[in-house]
Amino acid sequence: MFARLKQMLIKEFIQVLRDKRTRFILIIPPIVQMLVFGYAANFEVHLVPTAVVDFDHSQQSRDLISRFTSSPYFDVRRQLDNSRQLRDAIDSGDAAIGLEIDAGFAQKLLKGQAAPLQVIVDATNSNTALITSSYVTQIATGFARDYQLDRIGRIDPQVVEQLPSVQLRQRPWYNPDLRSRWFFVPGVIGSLTLVLVVVLTAFAVVREREIGTLEQIMVTPIGRAEFILGKTLPSFLIGLFDVSLIALVGTLWFQVPFRGHILVLLAGSVLFLLSMLGVGLLISTISSTQQQAMVTSFFFIMPAITFSGFGFPISTMPQWLQYCTYLSPLRYFLVVLRSSYLKGVGMTILWPQMAAMAALSSFFLGVAILRFHKALD
Amino acid sequence: MPEPPCSVVIENLVKRFGSFVAVDHINLAVRKGEVFGFLGPNGAGKSTTIRMLCGLLRPTSGRALVAGIDVARKPEAVRQKIGYMSQKFSLYNDLKVIENLRLFAGLYSVPAGELRGRIDWALEMANLKGQENLITGTLPGGWKQRLALGSAVLHRPPILFLDEPTSGVDPISRRQFWDLIHEMAQEGVTVFVTTHYMEEAEYCNRLALIFRGKMVTLGTPTELKRDSMKGDLLLVECDSLGRAVEALQSAPGVLDAAVFGSALHLVVAGAAEASPRIRSYLAERGIAVRRIEQIRPSLEDVFVSLTAGHGARQEATA
Repeated sequence: MFARLKQMLIKEFIQVLRDKRTRFILIIPPIVQMLVFGYAANFEVHLVPTAVVDFDHSQQSRDLISRFTSSPYFDVRRQLDNSRQLRDAIDSGDAAIGLEIDAGFAQKLLKGQAAPLQVIVDATNSNTALITSSYVTQIATGFARDYQLDRIGRIDPQVVEQLPSVQLRQRPWYNPDLRSRWFFVPGVIGSLTLVLVVVLTAFAVVREREIGTLEQIMVTPIGRAEFILGKTLPSFLIGLFDVSLIALVGTLWFQVPFRGHILVLLAGSVLFLLSMLGVGLLISTISSTQQQAMVTSFFFIMPAITFSGFGFPISTMPQWLQYCTYLSPLRYFLVVLRSSYLKGVGMTILWPQMAAMAALSSFFLGVAILRFHKALD
Repeated sequence: MPEPPCSVVIENLVKRFGSFVAVDHINLAVRKGEVFGFLGPNGAGKSTTIRMLCGLLRPTSGRALVAGIDVARKPEAVRQKIGYMSQKFSLYNDLKVIENLRLFAGLYSVPAGELRGRIDWALEMANLKGQENLITGTLPGGWKQRLALGSAVLHRPPILFLDEPTSGVDPISRRQFWDLIHEMAQEGVTVFVTTHYMEEAEYCNRLALIFRGKMVTLGTPTELKRDSMKGDLLLVECDSLGRAVEALQSAPGVLDAAVFGSALHLVVAGAAEASPRIRSYLAERGIAVRRIEQIRPSLEDVFVSLTAGHGARQEATA
């Protein structure tokens, strides 16, 4: 049994290591993708291009605008003369946000009335628009509050001291600076591993089927277990190698803190890799050409990543879709990854994720092995 | 004298793919040490049969015994006893010659003590001594094919299945390959080989002719050439071959007419009386006959004559 398995493994590793292109594919693209994702996958909003039309030309309106100018979130590039120019700036994408202050702004404030500030947001990307709007709100309420306090202070300084207020003391745990990179990098480790291992495993078998070597192997006395192990064990080890590689880039280059226990992450990675081997093998049993395997892989990969909570929070999906997410092993692995990196929690908290991945692994591998028997017929 | 034991016994073997019958109730027995040829055009069911014999396909019905073992029931038990070379070259092109041999020796559990000797023997036989470290994919076709044979016999199987082993190989390599096959047969190896090359079929001890999944006839090449034709064979050299063959197909006394290269082959009941009749029959239609003589049928004639009748019968019942 082991002699034959050993021969299979020797062969697999010779094939992987001899081919320059394969060696390259296993090392360079994962690192490059990690770097690209690490820099690109970002929800933070900085220096939003901003255009301003001020019809009021009052000290108050200038004060309000200066608050935007000095904010790190806005880049007030243009002071325009009329609404038409503002519209054009937004249409052409020169500005993502437009502020229009009507004549009479200062006067209304003086009279104690509500002074309007028109905010036009390019909401093509609803997410950035939402975040930008909230920054505008912060600045506007800050301005209003300061103006109110100033007015009251002039009338009666003592009242100002007695004005009640709520002071927020925000403590963002695990990621105090709210860096979205800290959220994304662990996610990228999971997603990259998913794509790599599924495709690698599916292709390892389908390529042999396509070029005919599978048949030659099958007429030898090799058992199916030996063959399947011989084909999947290399993918598993390569997967483990790549997880470590990408994780290292995330930790050393992007400085995402690793607070958990390495063994917990290892256990999670092993379970996750097993489930991906199962999926890859399953794809190989329903594909007879590499092209089919590629297409089938994408049918799996896209929803598996979408349902994992990699980018879109699962809690905001409709209920029925949330049920679907339980089928994506990546969903659990991402929890393990993020918890290991940022929270530093251990098995006592992560065991349900581990159990779910173990269950999905057994399911996918089981079905794949059962189908593999048939596929040879 | 007792009959020598049979290496391969096929009983009522059937393989259907949906409604298509690829192999249709084939019966035959291959004796030990025989070079048994399975002859037929592409798509006749040759590969399907050989794949069932190797345990790669499950028969729809019927039974195949290889080395006395029912293949469908115990495919694993059969595999140690057979060597298989598929139609398509199917060793690893990205491995070195020696790595392919080591891999297959390992998969066939060649004992460690014998490994060296066996691999040397295979290299010797395949005439690849000194080329061990070449990458398999860079070998010329004939070498690849000898390497494939070498890998298939590393474990000295008593039975060898070769599926169109010489397709895409030059004539000299093909000749050398058949010499190898005969050497092995002399050592007692049973060789079951499929081919659609008529001249290769002549190298076989016995032949089964297969057409549209059915076995049409079985015998030695000599027997087939002698007994399978329903009449005498005439070679006719004349003008406008196309028009001539069309006319002759409906001529009285002509059982079959076909174009063979630059001449016509006609099957007639009796050569002596048919020759002058055909000459005048064609002359009436303005076709000049340059030469007409009786020839000994080749396997190709046999094949065409048998399958033509078979096809016609099938179409009549369809």
